[in-house]
Amino acid sequence: MSFKTRMASLESYDKGTIEVKDDLRHYAFSNIFEVCSKSKPYERVMVVSNLEYAAEAVRAEGASPWYTAPHDEFAIVLDGEIEFTFFQLTDAEKPAHKAGAGRLKAAPAGKRMGRVIARRGHEVLLPKGAAYQLKAAKPSVTLIQTSAGPESVEKWSEICVQK
Amino acid sequence: MNAVRIENAKVIASEPDPVLGYRKFQFGSFTFERDAYFVHVRWPKGTHTIEVDRFLRAMVRDIGWGFFYGWIFFDDVFGTQNHYGTVDIFAGTYSKGHRDTKVDFLETFDTIDVRAAFEAISINWINEGYDPLRAPMETGSPLGAKTREAKGPLVRGFEPARRMLGLPGDVSPRSDASGHPINRAFADVTYDKPVIEPEPGFEGQIHAFNLYDHIARADVTWNPSFTSISNACICCVTSEEHMLPVIHGNDRNEWFIQLSDEIHWNIQDKSTGNPRGRIVMKSGDVCAMPADIRHQGFSPKRSMLMVLENGTPGLEQRYAKGELEPFPITASRWK
Repeated sequence: MSFKTRMASLESYDKGTIEVKDDLRHYAFSNIFEVCSKSKPYERVMVVSNLEYAAEAVRAEGASPWYTAPHDEFAIVLDGEIEFTFFQLTDAEKPAHKAGAGRLKAAPAGKRMGRVIARRGHEVLLPKGAAYQLKAAKPSVTLIQTSAGPESVEKWSEICVQK
Repeated sequence: MNAVRIENAKVIASEPDPVLGYRKFQFGSFTFERDAYFVHVRWPKGTHTIEVDRFLRAMVRDIGWGFFYGWIFFDDVFGTQNHYGTVDIFAGTYSKGHRDTKVDFLETFDTIDVRAAFEAISINWINEGYDPLRAPMETGSPLGAKTREAKGPLVRGFEPARRMLGLPGDVSPRSDASGHPINRAFADVTYDKPVIEPEPGFEGQIHAFNLYDHIARADVTWNPSFTSISNACICCVTSEEHMLPVIHGNDRNEWFIQLSDEIHWNIQDKSTGNPRGRIVMKSGDVCAMPADIRHQGFSPKRSMLMVLENGTPGLEQRYAKGELEPFPITASRWK
């Protein structure tokens, strides 16, 4: 018996279906690749929201701003290849916001911590205490496990099945 | 509903059945007896029969999940509810017919006692060659008389990462070295490693690993395990094949992200069990499972699923009191 594993991509995705006798908004059904096919580069679109916690679908293309968060975040690359570069935060750069990703006002001034090059299926630690930047030569997709924060974008009406 | 709290409950095992060899177990007011095909659960005024494979698949997962979040229905009649310190065992409590005829029954036990009872039952009833954590095509049959008890851990695959899999001092991802080859159903996928280049002095602080490789090596199904945690935001991944052998009733919202292939979910009203509909999730789909439903998944081909949970203690009480809406995106956020 042979198997064919189906993993969607920006180029090829096939959204599922929801047939529920209920308010479909309660299920917030979306597709990450569809979201990212319509997103601006590095728009951090919430596709999961669980009280203060969130997951953001991100279209990686070119270089992102520098981000930091007051807690660990985790990025799972779902399509393409993304380079993550990390710098240690200086005291002046430590985030003032309570949760989620925020932007640094300028390039990081601390020590360079290193980089990760990740492809489909790789999970990357975005550690507390670091600034990070994403770079992608071609449109790529990542899902970031995080909390709702200053960079989070909510557009549930646009991304979710409602009828 | 009759609800009785029983402290320090001990499971009592009978002598082995002279024909089939299995023991019968008494726990609280419930008795559990199996024959070649079925498990018979009895309580004052009632009896219920469950096919033995379904029962054992549900029971070992219930143990391994620590009774999970909320309700675990072994089927529409029998199951458990987690109160995080105590556990209800119920029969007919959420079945209209049982309630109407007043044969529903529920007892509350200390979690540690339920675990001990379920382990005793499972150990006695699981024969060598049958592994209820594996997909049906990957294991033997639970049917028939007792042979030899299965060796090895009753539950496995539940060791949770504390921060992130693979970090120094944390749980390691599955590998050939850990005895977890790539599953047959994911053999067509290419697995590579991320490039990790820490600067001197930052080794161990820059980290990545192949999550899909880890999932593809799971030797268990419908068995989510923690991979990354930030505060109470818990990411679990799991490989799914055949059917979720329980119906899960949420005591909070949870979210599913379908990483590969597809799963078909039956959705029911949590209180009544009445059907609400179905959801087919394909690769890249994201869907909330609200706190007022039951759900059961069917995965025609082994698939990869990510589950995001909010593990904040006491959250179940805030939902139960109505302090929180039973769905995640409240009306004002739909602009």
